[in-house]
Amino acid sequence: MPGIAFDTAHLLSGGLLLVSFMMIYQDRMFSLLRIFALHAVVLSLSVAWQAYIQGAPHLYVTAAIALIFKAIIIPSALRRIVVQLGIHREVETVVGIGVTMLAGIGLSALSIVLMLDVTQGADPYAREDLAFALSVVLLGLLMMVTRRNAVSQIVGFMSLENGMILAAAGAKGMPLVVEISVAFSVMVAFIVIGVFLFRIRERFDSVDVSVMDQHRGDQR
Amino acid sequence: MSAVDLCLLTAGLLLGLGPLALLGQGRGRSSAVVYSASGLLCAVLALSGLAGLGGLGIGTSRVLPLGLPWMGAHFAFDALTAFFLVVLGFGGGIISLYAIGYGRHEHAPMRVLPFYPAFLGAMALVLLAADAFSFLLSWEVMSLLSWALVLTHHQEEDARKAGYVYLVMAGFGTMSLLLAFGLLAGPDGAYQFDAMRGTAHPPLMAVAILGLMLLGAGSKAGLAPLHVWLPLAHPAAPSHVSALMSGVMTKVALYGFIRVVFDLLGPVAWWASPVVILLGAGTAVLGILLAMMERDLKRALAYSTIENIGVIFAALGLAMAFRANGMTAAAALAFTAALFHIFNHMAFKSLLFMGAGSVLNATGLRDLDGLGGLIHRMPVTSFLVLVGAMAISALPPLNGFASEWLIFQAVLLSPDAPQAAVQMIIPAAGGLLALAAALAAACFVRIYGVGFLGRPHSEAAANAQEVDRVSLTAMALLAATCLLAGIFPGTVIDAMAPVVDAMLSGRLPVQADETWFTIIPIAESRSSYSGMLVFVFVALSASAAAWAVHRFASDRLRRAPAWDCGFPDASPLTQYSAGGFAQPIRRVYGTDLLGARETVTMPPPGDTGPARHELLVGDPSWNGIYLRLALAVTYVTTRMNRLQFLTIRRYLTLVFMSLIVLLVGLMLWR
Repeated sequence: MPGIAFDTAHLLSGGLLLVSFMMIYQDRMFSLLRIFALHAVVLSLSVAWQAYIQGAPHLYVTAAIALIFKAIIIPSALRRIVVQLGIHREVETVVGIGVTMLAGIGLSALSIVLMLDVTQGADPYAREDLAFALSVVLLGLLMMVTRRNAVSQIVGFMSLENGMILAAAGAKGMPLVVEISVAFSVMVAFIVIGVFLFRIRERFDSVDVSVMDQHRGDQR
Repeated sequence: MSAVDLCLLTAGLLLGLGPLALLGQGRGRSSAVVYSASGLLCAVLALSGLAGLGGLGIGTSRVLPLGLPWMGAHFAFDALTAFFLVVLGFGGGIISLYAIGYGRHEHAPMRVLPFYPAFLGAMALVLLAADAFSFLLSWEVMSLLSWALVLTHHQEEDARKAGYVYLVMAGFGTMSLLLAFGLLAGPDGAYQFDAMRGTAHPPLMAVAILGLMLLGAGSKAGLAPLHVWLPLAHPAAPSHVSALMSGVMTKVALYGFIRVVFDLLGPVAWWASPVVILLGAGTAVLGILLAMMERDLKRALAYSTIENIGVIFAALGLAMAFRANGMTAAAALAFTAALFHIFNHMAFKSLLFMGAGSVLNATGLRDLDGLGGLIHRMPVTSFLVLVGAMAISALPPLNGFASEWLIFQAVLLSPDAPQAAVQMIIPAAGGLLALAAALAAACFVRIYGVGFLGRPHSEAAANAQEVDRVSLTAMALLAATCLLAGIFPGTVIDAMAPVVDAMLSGRLPVQADETWFTIIPIAESRSSYSGMLVFVFVALSASAAAWAVHRFASDRLRRAPAWDCGFPDASPLTQYSAGGFAQPIRRVYGTDLLGARETVTMPPPGDTGPARHELLVGDPSWNGIYLRLALAVTYVTTRMNRLQFLTIRRYLTLVFMSLIVLLVGLMLWR
């Protein structure tokens, strides 16, 4: 891979990781959704760049799916849900933002050390791409774990999916079918969770998952 | 038709006979028909086994297009299979003959008939299998069918508990076997026995396989501390099934152990063998002590099975120790002794269980303290049981003595071993075996003295009737086997020589040429034993004594009450009870080893109620291992129960943390 192509791909993957960290940092709902849209945009740029340098036109489809669904439709839909349901617009965290950021740095370090170690001898771009992708996946999980609010858990889940697509795009020869199915699984998850949110709203008058726990009679 | 095909066909017919038995609906003579057919098919197995020991059909094999599509099911017929087919066919045949008579009294024949022949067929398939999958499948079918037979009298709480414990232990054993075969097959998946023989196993892996086989085959055979199911399950089944399980199925388990350890595994480090020897010797002592304490006749016999399994394992351990040091002659001696004892135990334990079944039929009782005086009411049964009891107590000239004598000859060869540990441990284990042999004699004196001699302890025992001729014939055949194998041990040893040769590439000297049917395992200057001479001497001296008594004593026949020591009309309860007879030994060994506790509760002054004497005897492995294990499992599961009531976020955290732990582990591991 020529120097500039490699550097650009590297830059975009690293950008995705950076945006993941930005998402963890947010404590307001709307800015979180905006950052998520940015996340999806960076992903689509990264995938499109991969499509260009690999000469794999089907990856453009993936980039388009990421751009249209994840960067535009889903954030705006979630925004509507938040507005319509009158959801509390603050993201309630379990531990402090600073601690979460430190944990995120640790996870990134772990995934980079691990991936560079495991994939010795592989294509250098694929190695770093996989390391970034694993970091993004782990940060998405971290976000799901450290947020009490259902909407931010959905956002965490979808940023996790973005990490997977980044990994899939970096690996040469990944068939289109898989990407479409991954994208659709995100769609399905979104629909299901969206419906779920409405049901929660109807039932419990709140989308804070801790209210469900109280309803179930659990002590925390 | 080759030998393996014949045996496979027979096993298949036995398996098919099970479902066919359903057609009879348990009416009329259907049970007799099923048992006769099983007996005949077993005879076919025994005859093919005998022919195989003579060299006919050895090495034939057959691949059936069953099981895994790329492998099929492999079956083979070699000397070891042939020997165990003789044990299975002979034991199974005679037990089936006994069952023709005994089965008439079964009140729920349809709970036995479908499983009985199929159980025999599954055992035959275990012996014939020549790849890991067919072996494990047949093994599991054998376990499940015998479990169904244990549950025949499922109305009884004891039988249900026995069935449960048996199922758990059988599952555990099969899992160990599965792991053992997985290690044997290695990463290339060489699941055929032929391929396993060619695979080299590193020393530590060989020891791991040996350990897993001790767990898997040992739990089926009844090796302590995996024996706990055996004294529950064997007596819970109908008596002919008890005979089959104790006499034959434990031998099939031993076959699995011998097949893997002596045939497939290759050399095992010498330091593994003392473990086997000590486990065997410890099992023998523990088993016979528990038998000594037991009041239930069938349970006492089951505990005695554990003792004999221990003796056989000790002999196999000796053979391993000698083999690891290249002492082929000594290894052949120990291995021959083990095989001989396997055959002998099949004969006398089946005989004794049949005797217990006859007693149970005649009196409805298994409690020794309810029996007594049966020698007057059931003279033939009592005589045949006496032969079995003498054989299992290793009295010459019967077969038990011959095999145990061979084992002690092998023990005496231990100073020739190069390692100091082996030189020290084997004589110590020999001491344990001698203790077990002495205790076995005491145990059977107790069973016979309390159960068959003296005066009846109960109405049922006083009115017992002799059982039918078919049952008696079966028992007489086994009693004759015990006598013949004891008088002509050389013939048996020579017949087993091909097996020993196949496993150890060596054999005992040919015994057929010795005069007076003497057996000389090593050298004449060292030791020799002639069962024939002992028999002739016993017969002559006994006849001479009888003649002298009748000739010189008063020939007027007098019948006096038994135990008539000045109490002609005293209650039969003044006789020795089973518990009383065992008391000295219980006080010596039982307090520490078995946790035996006696409590005497005296009534307060003025109260006319009786004093109470209570006795608690426990199996140390049940209390020490199994109950603690169950408590630990309960504790952990109670704690884990909280996992059901976590919040969604905590579940996510669990998933997340386990992923992180795995990733960190992967990083550190690399």
